Amino acid sequence: MTHLPYIVASYALGVLVPASYAVAAFIRMRSARRRLAVIDPRAKGVGTGPRAHRASAGP
Amino acid sequence: MDASSVVAPPPSERNPGRSLHRFANPGRFLRLSGAVLPWLAAGGAGFLAIGLIWGLFFAPADWQQGDAVRIMYVHVPAAWLASAGYLGLAVCSVFALVWRHPLADLAAVEIGPVGAGFTALCLATGSIWGKPMWGAWWVWDARLTSVLVLFFLYLGHIAVVRAFDDPVRGYRSGAILALIGVVNLPIIKFSVDWWNTLHQPATISFTGAPTMYVGMLWPLLFAAIGYTLVFAAIVIARTRAAVMERRTRALLMARAEQVPA
Repeated sequence: MTHLPYIVASYALGVLVPASYAVAAFIRMRSARRRLAVIDPRAKGVGTGPRAHRASAGP
Repeated sequence: MDASSVVAPPPSERNPGRSLHRFANPGRFLRLSGAVLPWLAAGGAGFLAIGLIWGLFFAPADWQQGDAVRIMYVHVPAAWLASAGYLGLAVCSVFALVWRHPLADLAAVEIGPVGAGFTALCLATGSIWGKPMWGAWWVWDARLTSVLVLFFLYLGHIAVVRAFDDPVRGYRSGAILALIGVVNLPIIKFSVDWWNTLHQPATISFTGAPTMYVGMLWPLLFAAIGYTLVFAAIVIARTRAAVMERRTRALLMARAEQVPA
Protein backbone atom coordinates (compact mmCIF):
# COMPACT_ATOMS: atom_id res chain seq x y z
CA MET A 1 0.00 0.00 0.00
CA THR A 2 1.43 3.41 -1.00
CA HIS A 3 1.38 6.45 1.32
CA LEU A 4 0.72 4.22 4.33
CA PRO A 5 1.71 6.72 7.10
CA TYR A 6 -0.64 9.35 5.66
CA ILE A 7 -3.52 6.87 5.40
CA VAL A 8 -2.96 5.53 8.94
CA ALA A 9 -2.86 9.08 10.36
CA SER A 10 -6.08 10.04 8.57
CA TYR A 11 -7.98 6.93 9.67
CA ALA A 12 -6.70 7.28 13.25
CA LEU A 13 -8.03 10.85 13.35
CA GLY A 14 -11.23 9.77 11.62
CA VAL A 15 -11.91 7.23 14.36
CA LEU A 16 -10.49 9.03 17.40
CA VAL A 17 -12.19 12.42 16.92
CA PRO A 18 -15.81 11.11 16.74
CA ALA A 19 -15.08 8.44 19.38
CA SER A 20 -13.76 11.00 21.87
CA TYR A 21 -16.79 13.25 21.30
CA ALA A 22 -19.12 10.26 21.72
CA VAL A 23 -17.46 9.09 24.96
CA ALA A 24 -17.43 12.63 26.38
CA ALA A 25 -21.13 13.09 25.50
CA PHE A 26 -22.02 9.74 27.10
CA ILE A 27 -20.12 10.55 30.33
CA ARG A 28 -21.69 14.02 30.51
CA MET A 29 -25.17 12.61 29.92
CA ARG A 30 -24.71 9.96 32.63
CA SER A 31 -23.43 12.43 35.22
CA ALA A 32 -26.23 14.93 34.38
CA ARG A 33 -28.80 12.16 34.85
CA ARG A 34 -27.27 11.15 38.20
CA ARG A 35 -27.17 14.74 39.49
CA LEU A 36 -30.78 15.29 38.46
CA ALA A 37 -31.88 12.03 40.09
CA VAL A 38 -30.28 13.11 43.39
CA ILE A 39 -32.22 16.39 43.42
CA ASP A 40 -35.45 15.14 41.86
CA PRO A 41 -36.07 11.42 42.54
CA ARG A 42 -39.00 11.46 40.07
CA ALA A 43 -36.43 12.01 37.27
CA LYS A 44 -34.63 8.73 37.95
CA GLY A 45 -35.89 7.14 34.75
CA VAL A 46 -35.15 10.15 32.53
CA GLY A 47 -33.19 9.20 29.47
CA THR A 48 -33.71 5.48 29.65
CA GLY A 49 -36.46 5.26 27.05
CA PRO A 50 -40.17 5.95 26.89
CA ARG A 51 -41.37 3.22 29.26
CA ALA A 52 -38.99 4.06 32.09
CA HIS A 53 -39.69 7.76 31.73
CA ARG A 54 -43.44 7.24 31.82
CA ALA A 55 -43.12 5.03 34.89
CA SER A 56 -41.08 7.64 36.72
CA ALA A 57 -43.24 10.61 35.74
CA GLY A 58 -45.03 12.05 38.73
CA PRO A 59 -48.53 13.57 38.87
CA MET B 1 -69.81 19.30 11.88
CA ASP B 2 -70.25 20.48 15.48
CA ALA B 3 -70.14 24.06 16.68
CA SER B 4 -66.74 23.84 18.36
CA SER B 5 -65.01 22.88 15.12
CA VAL B 6 -66.41 26.00 13.43
CA VAL B 7 -65.51 28.38 16.24
CA ALA B 8 -62.07 27.05 17.08
CA PRO B 9 -59.75 25.44 14.54
CA PRO B 10 -57.56 22.57 15.74
CA PRO B 11 -54.60 23.72 17.89
CA SER B 12 -52.07 22.93 15.16
CA GLU B 13 -53.81 25.40 12.79
CA ARG B 14 -54.34 28.16 15.33
CA ASN B 15 -50.75 29.31 15.53
CA PRO B 16 -47.86 27.67 13.68
CA GLY B 17 -45.37 29.00 16.22
CA ARG B 18 -47.28 27.34 19.03
CA SER B 19 -47.38 23.98 17.30
CA LEU B 20 -43.59 24.13 17.00
CA HIS B 21 -43.42 24.56 20.76
CA ARG B 22 -45.15 21.19 21.12
CA PHE B 23 -41.75 19.73 20.27
CA ALA B 24 -39.97 22.04 22.68
CA ASN B 25 -41.26 20.34 25.80
CA PRO B 26 -38.08 19.08 27.53
CA GLY B 27 -39.83 16.00 28.91
CA ARG B 28 -41.10 15.05 25.46
CA PHE B 29 -37.67 15.70 23.96
CA LEU B 30 -35.97 13.49 26.56
CA ARG B 31 -38.51 10.73 25.97
CA LEU B 32 -38.25 10.81 22.16
CA SER B 33 -34.48 11.24 22.02
CA GLY B 34 -34.01 8.47 24.60
CA ALA B 35 -35.82 6.10 22.25
CA VAL B 36 -33.98 7.25 19.10
CA LEU B 37 -30.44 7.67 20.45
CA PRO B 38 -29.42 3.96 20.75
CA TRP B 39 -30.59 3.29 17.18
CA LEU B 40 -28.73 6.33 15.84
CA ALA B 41 -25.54 5.38 17.66
CA ALA B 42 -25.68 1.71 16.66
CA GLY B 43 -26.60 2.53 13.05
CA GLY B 44 -23.87 5.15 12.81
CA ALA B 45 -21.20 2.82 14.21
CA GLY B 46 -22.31 0.03 11.85
CA PHE B 47 -22.37 2.16 8.69
CA LEU B 48 -19.08 3.81 9.65
CA ALA B 49 -17.30 0.52 10.31
CA ILE B 50 -18.49 -0.92 6.97
CA GLY B 51 -17.60 2.26 5.06
CA LEU B 52 -14.12 2.66 6.56
CA ILE B 53 -13.14 -1.04 6.31
CA TRP B 54 -14.47 -1.21 2.74
CA GLY B 55 -12.63 1.97 1.81
CA LEU B 56 -9.39 0.92 3.47
CA PHE B 57 -9.10 -2.69 2.31
CA PHE B 58 -11.49 -3.43 -0.56
CA ALA B 59 -12.02 -0.25 -2.60
CA PRO B 60 -9.66 0.12 -5.56
CA ALA B 61 -6.68 2.48 -5.51
CA ASP B 62 -6.69 5.48 -7.82
CA TRP B 63 -4.64 5.16 -11.02
CA GLN B 64 -3.03 8.55 -10.38
CA GLN B 65 -3.04 9.04 -6.59
CA GLY B 66 -2.46 5.44 -5.61
CA ASP B 67 -3.68 4.41 -2.15
CA ALA B 68 -3.66 8.01 -0.88
CA VAL B 69 -7.17 8.28 -2.33
CA ARG B 70 -8.39 6.21 0.65
CA ILE B 71 -8.07 9.35 2.79
CA MET B 72 -11.18 10.48 0.91
CA TYR B 73 -13.38 8.12 2.99
CA VAL B 74 -12.61 10.20 6.09
CA HIS B 75 -12.02 13.62 4.53
CA VAL B 76 -15.15 13.96 2.36
CA PRO B 77 -17.71 13.02 5.07
CA ALA B 78 -15.92 15.33 7.53
CA ALA B 79 -16.11 18.17 4.98
CA TRP B 80 -19.81 17.49 4.31
CA LEU B 81 -20.57 17.49 8.04
CA ALA B 82 -18.56 20.66 8.65
CA SER B 83 -20.94 22.52 6.30
CA ALA B 84 -24.11 20.59 7.22
CA GLY B 85 -23.40 21.09 10.92
CA TYR B 86 -23.11 24.82 10.42
CA LEU B 87 -26.37 24.84 8.45
CA GLY B 88 -27.99 22.99 11.38
CA LEU B 89 -26.55 25.59 13.74
CA ALA B 90 -28.05 28.37 11.60
CA VAL B 91 -31.47 26.67 11.44
CA CYS B 92 -31.49 26.29 15.24
CA SER B 93 -30.51 29.97 15.50
CA VAL B 94 -33.50 30.98 13.34
CA PHE B 95 -35.83 28.90 15.53
CA ALA B 96 -34.32 30.46 18.66
CA LEU B 97 -34.48 34.06 17.39
CA VAL B 98 -37.85 33.99 15.62
CA TRP B 99 -39.93 31.53 17.64
CA ARG B 100 -37.96 31.59 20.93
CA HIS B 101 -37.88 27.80 20.76
CA PRO B 102 -36.35 26.83 24.13
CA LEU B 103 -34.54 23.74 22.86
CA ALA B 104 -33.15 25.44 19.76
CA ASP B 105 -30.77 27.54 21.89
CA LEU B 106 -29.41 24.45 23.62
CA ALA B 107 -29.12 22.50 20.36
CA ALA B 108 -27.20 25.37 18.72
CA VAL B 109 -24.80 25.57 21.66
CA GLU B 110 -24.21 21.81 21.48
CA ILE B 111 -23.77 21.67 17.69
CA GLY B 112 -20.95 24.26 17.83
CA PRO B 113 -18.14 22.20 19.41
CA VAL B 114 -19.05 19.04 17.44
CA GLY B 115 -19.08 20.97 14.17
CA ALA B 116 -15.75 22.57 15.08
CA GLY B 117 -14.29 19.11 15.72
CA PHE B 118 -15.44 17.79 12.35
CA THR B 119 -14.16 20.93 10.60
CA ALA B 120 -10.78 20.42 12.28
CA LEU B 121 -10.89 16.78 11.14
CA CYS B 122 -11.62 17.93 7.58
CA LEU B 123 -8.74 20.42 7.65
CA ALA B 124 -6.32 17.91 9.21
CA THR B 125 -7.11 15.05 6.80
CA GLY B 126 -7.06 17.50 3.88
CA SER B 127 -3.63 18.63 4.95
CA ILE B 128 -2.44 15.01 5.30
CA TRP B 129 -3.80 14.27 1.83
CA GLY B 130 -2.29 17.45 0.38
CA LYS B 131 1.27 16.72 1.44
CA PRO B 132 1.84 13.65 -0.80
CA MET B 133 -0.38 14.97 -3.64
CA TRP B 134 0.49 18.67 -3.80
CA GLY B 135 3.82 18.60 -1.98
CA ALA B 136 2.57 21.01 0.72
CA TRP B 137 0.66 20.65 3.98
CA TRP B 138 -1.22 23.88 3.33
CA VAL B 139 -1.88 26.28 0.45
CA TRP B 140 -3.94 29.49 0.59
CA ASP B 141 -6.39 28.09 -1.90
CA ALA B 142 -10.00 29.42 -1.95
CA ARG B 143 -11.55 26.13 -0.76
CA LEU B 144 -9.06 25.59 2.07
CA THR B 145 -9.22 29.20 3.20
CA SER B 146 -13.04 29.29 3.23
CA VAL B 147 -13.15 26.09 5.31
CA LEU B 148 -10.60 27.64 7.70
CA VAL B 149 -12.95 30.65 7.99
CA LEU B 150 -15.77 28.20 8.79
CA PHE B 151 -13.62 26.74 11.58
CA PHE B 152 -13.07 30.24 13.01
CA LEU B 153 -16.83 30.92 12.79
CA TYR B 154 -17.45 27.80 14.87
CA LEU B 155 -14.81 28.93 17.40
CA GLY B 156 -16.38 32.40 17.48
CA HIS B 157 -19.81 30.92 18.16
CA ILE B 158 -18.44 28.72 20.96
CA ALA B 159 -16.76 31.76 22.54
CA VAL B 160 -19.71 34.17 22.12
CA VAL B 161 -22.40 31.92 23.66
CA ARG B 162 -20.22 31.52 26.76
CA ALA B 163 -19.09 35.15 27.00
CA PHE B 164 -22.06 36.60 28.91
CA ASP B 165 -23.21 36.22 32.51
CA ASP B 166 -26.77 36.07 31.22
CA PRO B 167 -26.97 32.92 29.05
CA VAL B 168 -29.92 34.27 27.02
CA ARG B 169 -27.81 37.21 25.80
CA GLY B 170 -25.06 34.75 24.89
CA TYR B 171 -27.50 32.57 22.94
CA ARG B 172 -28.89 35.57 21.02
CA SER B 173 -25.44 36.92 20.14
CA GLY B 174 -24.34 33.45 19.05
CA ALA B 175 -27.46 33.07 16.92
CA ILE B 176 -26.80 36.39 15.15
CA LEU B 177 -23.17 35.40 14.52
CA ALA B 178 -24.31 32.01 13.18
CA LEU B 179 -26.72 33.66 10.74
CA ILE B 180 -24.08 36.12 9.51
CA GLY B 181 -21.68 33.21 8.98
CA VAL B 182 -24.11 31.36 6.73
CA VAL B 183 -22.85 33.50 3.85
CA ASN B 184 -19.66 31.42 3.99
CA LEU B 185 -21.46 28.17 3.06
CA PRO B 186 -22.10 28.99 -0.64
CA ILE B 187 -18.56 30.41 -0.81
CA ILE B 188 -17.21 27.04 0.34
CA LYS B 189 -19.45 25.16 -2.07
CA PHE B 190 -18.71 27.24 -5.16
CA SER B 191 -15.12 28.29 -4.38
CA VAL B 192 -13.79 25.57 -6.69
CA ASP B 193 -15.95 26.93 -9.54
CA TRP B 194 -15.48 30.65 -8.95
CA TRP B 195 -11.69 30.61 -8.57
CA ASN B 196 -8.81 28.59 -9.97
CA THR B 197 -8.05 26.31 -7.07
CA LEU B 198 -5.61 23.52 -6.40
CA HIS B 199 -8.50 21.68 -4.76
CA GLN B 200 -10.41 19.55 -7.23
CA PRO B 201 -14.02 20.44 -8.22
CA ALA B 202 -16.97 18.43 -6.90
CA THR B 203 -17.25 14.85 -8.16
CA ILE B 204 -20.69 14.27 -6.61
CA SER B 205 -23.63 16.65 -7.08
CA PHE B 206 -27.39 16.53 -6.57
CA THR B 207 -28.09 17.43 -10.19
CA GLY B 208 -25.66 15.35 -12.25
CA ALA B 209 -24.33 11.81 -12.26
CA PRO B 210 -21.22 11.27 -10.12
CA THR B 211 -17.92 11.27 -11.99
CA MET B 212 -16.48 8.72 -9.57
CA TYR B 213 -15.98 5.00 -10.13
CA VAL B 214 -18.87 3.13 -8.51
CA GLY B 215 -16.49 0.88 -6.55
CA MET B 216 -15.29 3.98 -4.72
CA LEU B 217 -18.71 5.62 -4.48
CA TRP B 218 -20.38 2.92 -2.34
CA PRO B 219 -17.88 2.89 0.54
CA LEU B 220 -17.91 6.69 0.47
CA LEU B 221 -21.71 6.62 0.76
CA PHE B 222 -21.55 4.21 3.70
CA ALA B 223 -18.90 6.30 5.47
CA ALA B 224 -20.89 9.51 4.87
CA ILE B 225 -24.10 7.99 6.27
CA GLY B 226 -22.16 6.55 9.23
CA TYR B 227 -20.47 9.84 10.10
CA THR B 228 -23.78 11.71 9.72
CA LEU B 229 -25.60 9.35 12.10
CA VAL B 230 -22.71 9.52 14.60
CA PHE B 231 -22.74 13.34 14.39
CA ALA B 232 -26.51 13.39 15.03
CA ALA B 233 -26.16 10.95 17.95
CA ILE B 234 -23.42 13.05 19.57
CA VAL B 235 -25.44 16.27 19.23
CA ILE B 236 -28.60 14.63 20.63
CA ALA B 237 -26.66 13.13 23.56
CA ARG B 238 -25.08 16.52 24.35
CA THR B 239 -28.46 18.27 24.08
CA ARG B 240 -30.03 15.70 26.43
CA ALA B 241 -27.26 16.36 28.94
CA ALA B 242 -27.78 20.12 28.58
CA VAL B 243 -31.55 19.77 29.17
CA MET B 244 -30.94 17.74 32.34
CA GLU B 245 -28.26 20.18 33.55
CA ARG B 246 -30.63 23.10 33.03
CA ARG B 247 -33.37 21.32 34.96
CA THR B 248 -30.93 20.58 37.81
CA ARG B 249 -29.88 24.25 37.95
CA ALA B 250 -33.51 25.39 37.97
CA LEU B 251 -34.39 23.01 40.83
CA LEU B 252 -31.35 24.12 42.84
CA MET B 253 -32.25 27.78 42.31
CA ALA B 254 -35.84 27.10 43.40
CA ARG B 255 -34.62 25.38 46.56
CA ALA B 256 -32.17 28.19 47.34
CA GLU B 257 -34.99 30.73 47.07
CA GLN B 258 -37.14 28.70 49.47
CA VAL B 259 -34.47 28.71 52.22
CA PRO B 260 -35.31 31.52 54.73
CA ALA B 261 -32.65 34.24 55.05
